[in-house]
Order: sequence, then C-alpha cells, then structure tokens
Amino acid sequence: MRSLILALRALRREWRSGELAVLWLSLTIAVAALSGVGFLVDRIGHAVELQASEVLAADLRVESDTPIAADEQAEATRLGLKSAHLTTMLSAIFNGDANQLANVRAVSAGYPLRGQLSVADRPFVSGSITASIPAPGEIWPDSRLAAALGAGIGSELAVGARSLRVTRILISRPDQSSTFVEFASALLINDADLAATKLIQPGSRIRYVLLLAGEAAQLDSFRRWHQGQEARHERVEDVADASPQIGDASKRAARFLALASLVAVLLCAVAIAMSARSYVRRHLDAVALMKTLGATRRLVLAVNLWQLLLLAAVASVLGAAAGWLTQLWLVRVLQGLLRADLPPAGPWPAVVGFIIALAVLAGFALPSLLQLTRVPALRVLRRDAGPPALSFLAAAIPVLLAIAGVVYGALGQLSLSLWFLLGLAAAVVALGVAGAALVRSAAHVRGSAGVAWRYGIANLARRRTESITQIVAFGLGLMLLLALAILRDDLVTDWRASLPLDVPNYFFVNIASDVRADFQHELQSQGAQLTRMLPMIRGRLLTINDRPLSELHFPGVRGRGFAEREQNLTWASELGDDNRIVEGHWWTAADAGKPLVSLAVEYQDSLGLKLGDRLRFDVGGENFDVTVASFRKVKWDSFRPNFFVMFPPGLLDASAGTYMTSAYLQPSSGAMAQLVHRFPGVSIFNVGDLLAQIRAVIDKAVSAVQTVFLFTLLAGLTLLLAAVQASREERLYETAILRVLGASRRMILTSVLAEFALLGAVAGVLAATGASLGGAWLAHALDLKYRFNAGLWIAGVVGAMLVVGVAGWISTRSVVRVAPRSVLY
Amino acid sequence: MTRDIVLEARNLSKQVSSPEGPLTIVRNVSFTVTQGESIALVGPSGAGKSTLLAMLAGLELPSSGDVVLAGQALGALDEDGRARLRAERVGFVFQSFHLLPSLTALENVMLPLELAGREDARAAATDMLGRVGLGARARHYPRQLSGGEQQRVALARASVGHPTVLFADEPTGNLDTATGERIAQLLFELNRGSDTTLLLVTHEAALAARCDRVLSMDAGALLRDVAGAAAHTHA
Ligand SMILES: Nc1ncnc2c1ncn2[C@@H]1O[C@H](COP(=O)(O)OP(=O)(O)OP(=O)(O)O)[C@@H](O)[C@H]1O
Ligand SMILES: [Mg+2]
Repeated sequence: MRSLILALRALRREWRSGELAVLWLSLTIAVAALSGVGFLVDRIGHAVELQASEVLAADLRVESDTPIAADEQAEATRLGLKSAHLTTMLSAIFNGDANQLANVRAVSAGYPLRGQLSVADRPFVSGSITASIPAPGEIWPDSRLAAALGAGIGSELAVGARSLRVTRILISRPDQSSTFVEFASALLINDADLAATKLIQPGSRIRYVLLLAGEAAQLDSFRRWHQGQEARHERVEDVADASPQIGDASKRAARFLALASLVAVLLCAVAIAMSARSYVRRHLDAVALMKTLGATRRLVLAVNLWQLLLLAAVASVLGAAAGWLTQLWLVRVLQGLLRADLPPAGPWPAVVGFIIALAVLAGFALPSLLQLTRVPALRVLRRDAGPPALSFLAAAIPVLLAIAGVVYGALGQLSLSLWFLLGLAAAVVALGVAGAALVRSAAHVRGSAGVAWRYGIANLARRRTESITQIVAFGLGLMLLLALAILRDDLVTDWRASLPLDVPNYFFVNIASDVRADFQHELQSQGAQLTRMLPMIRGRLLTINDRPLSELHFPGVRGRGFAEREQNLTWASELGDDNRIVEGHWWTAADAGKPLVSLAVEYQDSLGLKLGDRLRFDVGGENFDVTVASFRKVKWDSFRPNFFVMFPPGLLDASAGTYMTSAYLQPSSGAMAQLVHRFPGVSIFNVGDLLAQIRAVIDKAVSAVQTVFLFTLLAGLTLLLAAVQASREERLYETAILRVLGASRRMILTSVLAEFALLGAVAGVLAATGASLGGAWLAHALDLKYRFNAGLWIAGVVGAMLVVGVAGWISTRSVVRVAPRSVLY
Repeated sequence: MTRDIVLEARNLSKQVSSPEGPLTIVRNVSFTVTQGESIALVGPSGAGKSTLLAMLAGLELPSSGDVVLAGQALGALDEDGRARLRAERVGFVFQSFHLLPSLTALENVMLPLELAGREDARAAATDMLGRVGLGARARHYPRQLSGGEQQRVALARASVGHPTVLFADEPTGNLDTATGERIAQLLFELNRGSDTTLLLVTHEAALAARCDRVLSMDAGALLRDVAGAAAHTHA
C-alpha cells in the first residue's frame, strides 16, 4: 500500500510538472480512436448487415418443400431468435370471372423481420410503411395483380376455396426480388387463412419458409445446430446465398472494417509504445534518486507499476468516453447512413479499447520498467551510468505477444493473422535496416546545403537510435495507412464499377429458338442494350467419376442442392469478360463437340471436384459423359446470363432448349408492353428493384468504409504526435543551448524542418513500397483486382514529408519561444 | 588610456511572480564595463547573480531597465537580433557545462562557428580544443568526459568565436580545487590573450581577487563595486 500512496503522490507531482502529458495524451487518444473505430464498426457493420438482410426479409431463411420440422422452430425459439412463417405457392386468383396466376404468400405476425412493407389504397402509387400484415379474412394483392383482376379496396378475391376481402394494395415488400421464381405478381394473406384455401394438397408445389432474425452469435449457433442435424430436407439460406452481390459487398465491407480497426489498433500501439519509451527514459533519474534515498528494487518496481496502471485506467476511461461521444456525433452526421432504430453500440468496444491499451502499454513499458529498477544509484553522480542493456528477447516477447493478441483478435483467423504478423515483422526489419542506412549516410552530409539543413540532417545521425525508432514508427504507421487507403480506393472503385447505371435490369428467359432472332431484333429496335444470349437446358448431375451421387457425401447445403436438384446448363464458345479461368483451359474452336465441361468455382468447391474428373449428366433422358476441362470464377454481379455448368458448342446442340438473355432498358419506356404482346411465351423478369437494393447496400458499405478510414487517420495523427513529442524534451534542451550560442529561430526551425522532412520522406518512400506490396496482398485477401496507384505513392511520400516536417516544426515552434535561461538553469 | 565601454547595465530590475506574490530578484542594478576588464560577481546564494548574468547576456529579458552590449541596446532587439549579437559578441559558460550530448567535443566547439557560417570551423575548433588541452579527446562525446574536461570543452566553445564579452556562471563550482584552478587559468589566459572582457560569477575569494573589479550583490541589489585587491582586503 505504501507503494500505491507513493505512486499517487508521484503522479500528482509529475502531472503538475507536465511530465505525464504526452504519454497520457497518446494513451487517451489511442483509446478514443480504438473504441471510436470499434463503436463505429459495431454500428456500421450492423447497418450494412441489416440493409443486406432486407433482401431476405430476415437474417436467415430455413426453406423446405415440406412443412418445416417443429424442432427448427423450437431451436430458434430456444436461442432467442425472432421468427415468422412464410408459405408460398402459385395459384390462380379469381375476381368474379377474371383470373390471374399469382404467387400466394401466406405470412404470420412479425413478417417481414427485416425491411418493411408499404401499402396504399390504389395500385401503382407510392405507398406508406405499415408494421402490420393482413388480418384473417383479408388479402393484399400487389399493384399488378389488382390491376389485372380489376380489383380495388373492398373487392372479394377467391384464393382456392376461400374468399378474402381486399383491404390494402401491396406496393412493395423487401423480399420481392430475392429469387427469380417469384417474379409473378404476388399477394399477401394471413397464415391463419391458409388451411381454409385448401390449396395445400398432395402434389402441389409449395415452399415453406421459416424466417429468422437475431444477433450474429445466435444465428451462428442456429446454423451450427442445423448443420449438425443429419439428413434434413430443410435448407438454410442467408443473404449471401440469396444474393451473391449483396453478400459480397457486405462481407468485404465487414472485412475492410475489421482491417481498418486493426490498423487503428496498431497505429495506436506504436503511439503508446513511443510515449512509453520516452516516459521510461525520463524516469531514469527519478528511479536512481529513489534508490540513493534507500528504496528497494521491489518498491521502485511497485511504485512504477502502480503509476502505469493508474495512468492507463484514467486514460482509458476518458478515451472510451471520448470515443463514444465521437461515435455519437458521427452517427448524427451520418444520419442517412445509420438508421435511428439501430441499437446503440454496446460497451464492448470500450472494454476492448481498455484491454488493448493496457496490453500494449504493458508490452512496451514493462520491459523498460523492469530495466528501470536496475538503474544503478550511481546514475545520480554519473549521467552515463544507464541501466544494463536490455536483452533483446526480454523486450521483444511481451511486445510480440501484445501485438499478436491484437492482430488475432481483429482478424480472427490463425493463418491470416500469422501472415499479417509476418508481413509486419518483415516491414519493421526492412524499415529498421533502411533507417540505419539513412542515418549512416546522413552523417556524411557535406557541401552546399545551408548550415541549418546540414545541422538538421546531421542530427539524424547524432540521435541514431531515436532517428531509427522514429523512421520505423512513422514508416510503419504510414505503410498501414497507405495500404488501407489503396484498399479503400480499390474497394470503392470495384463496387462502383460493379454496378454501372446501365447494368442490365431485365432478364428474358424461355426464348424459343425459332423466335430468338426476332426477339433480339425487337429488343434492339426498342433501344435496349443487349448482352449475350445463351441457351438454357435443364439437366441433372448423375455421377462423379462413375460413382452415383447417392453414394457421395457433400458437406455443404449448396453441394447437396447441386447434387439433388435439376440444373440449368448451357453451351458457349466465348468465355465473356465476366468469367475468368482459374484452372485448366477454355476451349478453342478445335474443341467443338468434344465431351468437356467448364464449371464455376462455387460448383467445384461445393462438390469437391478437380480437373479431369468425369461427370455424367442426364439431359432430357439422355446421358452425357464429360471431363472437367476448366474452372471459372464468375462475376455474378455482371447481371448477364451466367451458368455454373458450361459445355463446348456442338455437344448439346441437338437437345431442345430455350434461350436466355438480359438487357438494359429505360425503366419508363413502354417497351415491355410491346414485348409481352409480341412474344407471350417469353418470361420477363425485372431486376430493377434488386439492383436498387444492391446499390443501397453498396452505398452504405462505401460510406462506412470512408468514415472508418477517417477515424483510422485520426489514429495516425496520434502516432505522429507521440513520435514527434518523443524527442521534444531533448530538442527543448538543445534549442536553448543553440540559442545561447546565437542561433536564430529561423535557423533552429529550419534545421528541425530539415530533420523531420527527411525522416518523413524516408519513412514515406519505405511506407509506399511496403504499402504497394501489402496492398497487393490485402487486395488478394479481399478478392480485389490490385491496381498500382502511382498517385497515392507520390502523395504518400510528399504527404509524409510535409506532415512529419510540419508536425516537427509546430512542436518546436513553441520550444523556441521559451527563454533559454528557464531551460538551462 | 581610455577604453571603450562594451557592456552597460542601466537600472536593471527583474521581477518574477511566486506563490507568495511578485518577487523582485534583481533591483535597480547599474554599472559599466570597459573592454578587456575582468570582473567578478560575488554574493550569497540567491542574491540574484545568475539572473543578472542571464539578463546581461540577453538570455532573459529584464522587467525594467536595459542592457547595452557592444553598443547595442538589447531591449531594442528582437529575439533573433539578440541571438545574432550573441553569435558575434558573446560567450557563455555554465556551471553545469551544458554541452550537447549528441555532439562530440569537437562538434560542440565547432557549433558556434558553424552557426556564424564560418568556413574554417573545423580548423579553428581543433585549434581551440588543443589550447584547452583536449586535442586528443576531440571525438569523444560529453558523457565520456570528466566534469573538468566537459567544462574545458564548454570554455573552448564559449571562446572559439573570440567574443567581446565572456560570461561565466560559477565555471569552477562543480569542480575540485585543482581542476578549478586549471579552468580559471584558462579563462584569464583567454581574457588577456584576445582582449576579451570577462564577467564571472564565483563564490571563491581567490578567483574573485584575480579580477580587476569585484561587484558584490545581496538580495538583488548591487552593494559594492571595488577593485580586486581592495575587495580582498575589505572582505
Ligand atoms: N523563474 C523564477 N521564478 C521564481 N523565482 C526565481 C526564478 N528565477 C530565480 N528565482 C529566484 O531568484 C533568486 C535569485 O536567483 P539566482 O539564480 O539569480 O541566484 P544566484 O545568486 O545565482 O544564487 P546561487 O549562488 O545559488 O546560484 C533566487 O531566490 C531564486 O529562487
Ligand atoms: Mg547562480
């Protein structure tokens, strides 16, 4: 306890003398940045997920062709998930004599779990949001159905054996575009009326869906539980299954956010490390003095540990509060981005911020502290009597552990974390080596440079260790920021490019081969921008390497889906620029008619296939044996016809099939009516709503990424502050001496500028190099095409030079104002 | 023979604020110094000697009054003007040396010459270091030198630019008698050799007695201004 009292007393004194300010400030800002990023990632990640989930009207869907087993619902309830039921089927709906085939959707209370229904009292007007569903006895037809049947509010519509009254017109529902099958016009009825319609008959095609929503952890538990169940007919689908584009965008946004917060953590860690270092150095004298006054090693250590702990605690509380407030403010600024009804960020980011701050502080300060206690009392008499040299391992191990913990905490994947750490270590070593080389060559600066520049640059060499440390710190921070910036640009460009405004908004399926040319011509004359037209044949996979599928076990839901269901197959001679061969070769003209097949990587992964495997397909009762010739990565978000399974031309040409294509048409043009009229057999799907939903998700993801990046920049500023402040004390002293010797302010400021600008430039060059390499690797990890970015490179170097130089200059400006006497006596 | 006045204190006062209210630590001090003179400033601890010296060298501004150094009123100069004047005319030796720890002995001595833009900085500094007897230690860093050696480097640094006035605040205070004597000898040699005016604060009567004049201070005020030998007999 004596040590605690001594520590408190010492803290109070150091606080008054301003000794603690830098460490305390960087700790506070670090925790603020950390928890701020954490809070933001928490909320924004949530917002993106929720937006994405609207496409499903839920976070997860459990689907089946037979009623959902009771235990699925029971497990969901047990886990505390919200749930609702949805049962859909196609049926003819009657209004008197008028009838129309429609998608009947019987829903239970709570539907939709994500997103909202909007309704009106007339068709084709903009609706208002409602939180309710049709009551028993009511029916809500959508605009198309109401118009087709000539029905309005009050009309009685017959659905199977039941007559229901129209009370609302359904204008939009969140899940209206998730699957192509559901593009028929639709209606909502209450679950309770379903039995009375008598539509549920043996042999009728009915889809049963259990909608689920809840926290990520609950959903994961549910998924795990489901996968553990043997031989279920229910399939679990999430947004990534239903809409790969949205799944992709939100997954990549989430990964970017995790990376960004990791970068923030690392920047702050380096900042804390820098200040801890100078704090410890400044404590050498105090410790030596305590020892001459008779303090034991144990007491010295205890007092210092208490000081550190108290410091971390106060800084963490204030930092977390600042982070939370900043996040609140940002949420206000980003009003459109984050929905008001989002649950506020939980306390976790603050706790994590505190733990990380403490871990990093311990990692960096503890070894030096232990070393402090070995300062000989002699130091009071002879300044050069420092503590015994610290063994490298003793210093490195806690630091490594702290960093490794932080990285693993953020990335959550062992191999990814290891690679990241390895890259980081390589960067530190490279920076250190390059820094040492620079410092060495700076010692030989001669010649025409002005005295201030020469003095400043030579200072780099004189403060050897300090300079190298600063180069490593600046370089590392800058490298992380640059890599993140490159990544952000790539991500945003990629997203924006993935959905240009003229991306196809209509799909046309079921185009008979004899009207194919006419149809294409008609589309063109309507001013449509056409994409390719591909044949579409139904087929079923029978065997893999002569083993029937029933003998094989596929782990994933998707694999079972591919194995059990009929697939759409196609053939083509051209690959298309939205397809990329990742293994094997695309066929040449000479391969026409050969028994080959090209598969999408999703198909390959789900069924565990490799090049050269032999597959047997059943197409219209006829068996085809083909060899896997290539695997393709498909950009599904191109909104062009794409198939998992493709054959070379000349193999299936005899099988009767239809064609499919997509096109962009001005939404307002009356082209559709004409097309429907001329080609009644062609099914037309409007994916405009889906595109709008995808765009909304991407927009959110983009602003999320931008905002969090800003916060990371703040963390970078903390590092800058800490690194510049680290040598402030020394510069204060040197400046005073220089001024006694007659140096002008300008000379002193110029020399500082020279010193820091050179530091910044070197750190910038090294950082840009590292960032280009790291960015390439990260882009690979995030599935992006890496683009070399020269502009950013230049900005990195010039920017670093300016920012670091100016920061040093600003921090010295206050120093040169101090009268030399107050420093030197 | 009349000599030029190189330093003049005009009604110098210094006030500082303290927890107990404003405190006058130097009070109405006036005197003049002619070129080549050596002057000792003596007085009990806390008398205000260091404060007065710092004001004379322009390291600190007086609360009232002014200093005229080599014909320039310090109060009329800005911070950089005073720095320039120091670079050309002033040398300063501290009780606690104040060498730059990151510079070698030679680099420390070269520094004022470099700041003045002298091309022959290295040669002149090497020569000066030799004169204080440290030619062999040129490449050593301050922490590798003893206190007396560090003070000799500081002395070389203060004199290398042939200042008009050399200020020394207890230059031997931190050193043993023999080493102190060595430093004192060097100081007077430099003073005589290049007609430098020497103003030194000291507690040692022997050192004060070697000066042409002795100024005594107490409680911020100048008490006496007497010739060296006289000061010795009256003390
Ligand atoms: N910035 C300041 N704030 C408050 N008091 C000050 C300040 N500078 C000096 N003093 C006080 O002014 C008085 C004179 O200080 P100064 O250092 O000039 O004394 P000195 O004569 O050199 O003493 P010594 O022989 O011990 O060095 C002292 O009492 C000192 O405490
Ligand atoms: Mg003094």
